[in-house]
Amino acid sequence: MNSRPVGQLDNMSNESSADGPQDTRRTLVVVPGEDLGSSEGIEAGHGVLVVGDRVISTKQGRMSRKGNTISVSPLHTRYMPRPGDLVIGHIEGCTNNIWFVDIGAPFNSILPMSLGPAKVEFGGTRKILDIGDSILCRVQEVEETHQSVVTMKGMGLRKIRSGALDELDPHLLGKLIGKGGAFLRDMKMQTDCRIVVADNGRLWIDGELENILEVRKKINGISSEARMIGVDA
Amino acid sequence: MGGYGDVQMIDENGLRMDGRKPGDVRPITIETGVIPVADGSCRMTWGTNEAIVAVYGPMEAHPRKIQRQDRAVIDVAYNMAPFSTTDRIRPGFNRRSREISKVTKDALESVVLLELYPRSKIRVSIEIVSAEAGTRCVGLTAASVALADAGIPMTDMVVSVASGKINDVVVCDLNKEEDNYGEADLPMGVLPNTGELVFLQMDGDLSPDEFKQAWDYNVDAAMEVHKLMVDALKGGDN
Repeated sequence: MNSRPVGQLDNMSNESSADGPQDTRRTLVVVPGEDLGSSEGIEAGHGVLVVGDRVISTKQGRMSRKGNTISVSPLHTRYMPRPGDLVIGHIEGCTNNIWFVDIGAPFNSILPMSLGPAKVEFGGTRKILDIGDSILCRVQEVEETHQSVVTMKGMGLRKIRSGALDELDPHLLGKLIGKGGAFLRDMKMQTDCRIVVADNGRLWIDGELENILEVRKKINGISSEARMIGVDA
Repeated sequence: MGGYGDVQMIDENGLRMDGRKPGDVRPITIETGVIPVADGSCRMTWGTNEAIVAVYGPMEAHPRKIQRQDRAVIDVAYNMAPFSTTDRIRPGFNRRSREISKVTKDALESVVLLELYPRSKIRVSIEIVSAEAGTRCVGLTAASVALADAGIPMTDMVVSVASGKINDVVVCDLNKEEDNYGEADLPMGVLPNTGELVFLQMDGDLSPDEFKQAWDYNVDAAMEVHKLMVDALKGGDN
């Protein structure tokens, strides 16, 4: 278990000034409800809220200020689908013409029969993809109600039949991929594995069992290292 | 809670049985990220109370009849482990745990930005591992930290503290003897940044002045506990 430090009674955090936390050298970790300063001339970015004339944080994360926009990048987050994302999903259910896919988001996606991997007769969805199957697919559409549609029409999109799946927090993918994809490329070369990194934090690793185990060890290393506050993508 | 009049729980110098002054809070430790598989988690010890909270979600809400089209729902399960007290507790839900789950859910719903995740569910499991009075406060406070750890958007964190009356003296943060033999108990949930109240229960009788004193103790203690919560979430980074 990799737990983080314990707060003690005599180890109080610093007070914020009237203009919110002041530190221009680096990004600061803020917590929900923390006052980030006056909202005058400020645009609220991700993870913040304007309440009256103040800007407050709504998430635990790193505060950053770009121009007039203040935002908080969360330290931990759930995947939120965006059109075009490559994702690995698990089939959770199906009807006569639709599959319901768990893509690790707060809301399940649907995969209509027309966007499936093969031509399907009405009522024959389970013959093609059954409950529990894993698929590599792409997010086609995200509605305002957060309902999303995935597609399997496209290059490389398929049912996953071999290898292993692993998971990593979506915000740590940058760390796994490295600058210009260097870290991932090196890992592929060293382990002789095929690694597909999906935007929802799921990974498909295919190769020899020993090599797969080696890749998973490295991924677990990234994950546990990131559990210590101060390391992010 | 009629009180046992001859049980002396506070001496002539105003010190309580465990050596605390009336306004003192028991020692507190807060640790986050204690359950690796959970989206957010927290272990909180408060005196000899210990709570472990795990948060999962937001996720698809099942069964579908609990889904709300305009917001997420919070599913709180408060449970005391059978070994958490000297008298073994029968495992499973009972009337008390259902009540505490409900009030905790209501308090958390007032801070979590539920409208960002329509039709989904946030699961909060509170497990009391060791109990010594004030477990609902520990559970609610630890749940706030675990929600923040899970990256759930919130306008503030709820801090819950209880004050009460022993031998006609208002004291903060009752321990087991004070809770059992005292005359009143007033648990409160406070939002430290705005001073708003999101949770209030009362057991026993308090005069208006005593109520005011208990209220002040709770608010002061909540500010103190909030600093620890912030410190635990920031991991000493700031």
